[in-house]
Amino acid sequence: MAALERPFPPGTYDVVVVGSGPGGLQSAYCLGRVAISRYAVLSRDDSPGGMFRRFPVFERLISWTKPRAPFERDTREYEWYDHNSLLGDEPAHRGLVPSFMDRTFDLPAREEMEAGLRSYVDRTGIVIRYGCVLESVARDGDELVLSTSDGEYRCRAAIFALGVTEPWRPELKGVDLARHYADTGRAADYDGKSVVIIGKRNSGFEVAQGLLPWARQITLVSPRPVQTAVLALSALRVRYLHPYDEYVRGGSGTYVLDAAIDRIERADGGLRVHAEGTTWEGKVELEADEVIVATGFRTPLEPLAELDVATVADGRIPAQTPFWESVSAPGIYFAGNATQGSPGMSKHGGSASSSSVNGFRYNARVLVDHLARTHFGIEPQRQRVALADVVPFLLAELARAPELWIQKGYLARVLTLNGNGSVDEGIQPLAHFVDSAGPVGVAAAVEVAADGAIVPVVYLRQNGRVEEHALPVHPLREFNGPEQGAALEAVLRPLLR
Amino acid sequence: MPSETRTVAQSLAQLTLFSDLTQPQLEEVAHTVGEEMFAEGQRVLRQGMTGGGFFIIVDGAAQVVIAGEERVRLGRGDFFGEIAALTGGPPTADVVAITLLRCLTVPGPELEAFLLDHPRVMFRMLQAEARRLETANLWLR
Repeated sequence: MAALERPFPPGTYDVVVVGSGPGGLQSAYCLGRVAISRYAVLSRDDSPGGMFRRFPVFERLISWTKPRAPFERDTREYEWYDHNSLLGDEPAHRGLVPSFMDRTFDLPAREEMEAGLRSYVDRTGIVIRYGCVLESVARDGDELVLSTSDGEYRCRAAIFALGVTEPWRPELKGVDLARHYADTGRAADYDGKSVVIIGKRNSGFEVAQGLLPWARQITLVSPRPVQTAVLALSALRVRYLHPYDEYVRGGSGTYVLDAAIDRIERADGGLRVHAEGTTWEGKVELEADEVIVATGFRTPLEPLAELDVATVADGRIPAQTPFWESVSAPGIYFAGNATQGSPGMSKHGGSASSSSVNGFRYNARVLVDHLARTHFGIEPQRQRVALADVVPFLLAELARAPELWIQKGYLARVLTLNGNGSVDEGIQPLAHFVDSAGPVGVAAAVEVAADGAIVPVVYLRQNGRVEEHALPVHPLREFNGPEQGAALEAVLRPLLR
Repeated sequence: MPSETRTVAQSLAQLTLFSDLTQPQLEEVAHTVGEEMFAEGQRVLRQGMTGGGFFIIVDGAAQVVIAGEERVRLGRGDFFGEIAALTGGPPTADVVAITLLRCLTVPGPELEAFLLDHPRVMFRMLQAEARRLETANLWLR
């Protein structure tokens, strides 16, 4: 068989995307639809899907897709009901994951998700250079130089969609005696065993849940108490809270402990974990056949070491600006799960959905438009909105825009206004609108208020100031009702005359 | 600074606010607070806007700006945003990063519970507020 010619040979490009998980695929798709013609997509993998080729370990996602909804799968509105498919401009590229679901759950299985991503690549014609390993990144004047296993790529800006899938282990004496979540293996291997799980977030609870039918005893331990208020709003509660439920109700065999781990050591043919209480006083020794460290993952930033990319969360996640650019290394952009390193305004402590596909698919689209505009002078096509239509336009967005409803308090619909009319500036990071000087404009966002209520909010920017106006809520969240309309009209009246 | 890989617990251990905590307590706090970095020029706290948080500077510097005018500079160990978070009102000043800035954060709605759970931190905070008041009184004299 003749060797197939691999796409994107080493050379000079405008933009290089690294990664073929959902973040990389979404970026590649969007790049193909703006006028940046010279871009390359590289991946060390040999097929698309990124983390979904391996994770979650117990094969079930925690983000929902509702195969049936009031809107057809090929519409923008359907994205609100489907938190796993990538975005498409054309109807044929939209809502692909549900067609692979066997509908046992409204949460896809891992392989259904992977199939959805593969079909996205097939249908959209995204091209990727597989088997190309990023080794290092350096700067040469205005250019970035990406050294790979296939040679050198030069570009003006690069999007790193590297995932947050490198196992992260805390610095802990004896941590090498424990397995990482990523190496959990089969649940049946824990038959009759006593298991200590270090970590009480998503992966900790997922493993605990998976082992409940097998292990004889499970103890989840980490310094911070389980935050019930946070859990109530977490994607985790959908599937993995049995272990916690058993513990708080006094069930047998499952324990949830607030303690800092001192060390792990071998003892009596098994392992012993020494820990000290954080919310209680005292020390405890936990005997275990297996210890699993479910302390999460990090972005593999080693190839970027030369560029001094600042990180947060114990070095795990690159710290980013509202447009997902490294706060310390200009021209280095991120897509995918790592975009959680751009927290936005975090009003009332609310967090965006940037660590899952539903949220970061929008980040990637906004990022590509931003790159096109700021690095290559390509202005997106903007639609004019007649002054008389501004209020109904914004109300419709507040009621139905999936970007606003999924990236709450994070992404906003922006219009600029002048005497003659209004221009739709598209979806933008809310923090960018609020913090940048600019023409008279209005941004509409859906936010979570301090009391947990979901609220429509508009921001009015004029004379160098930004004012915030919360609009009335609605029990069925119909934010396009007459009450909201009247309130919005009152806010915008001085500008719409 | 960027490439430093100090853990959150190590950062906390160097701040006066947390100097009374034991190692396990520091680790618990490290898992409770958030960590955020801001590029030079980025706004951290927004005058007049609801929903701000409590911030403690770990590295870098920021300026407090009221109506476009710098009032004071903040550096490592300084904290801000607590007044708005405690009174429930919007911040009365902007805080803007003037260098690359690394902060630990507690969301506004969680500050009360955080302080009640960590009374030694609350005491240190009160002490710092008392010093600020003392300085302000000196100015008035």
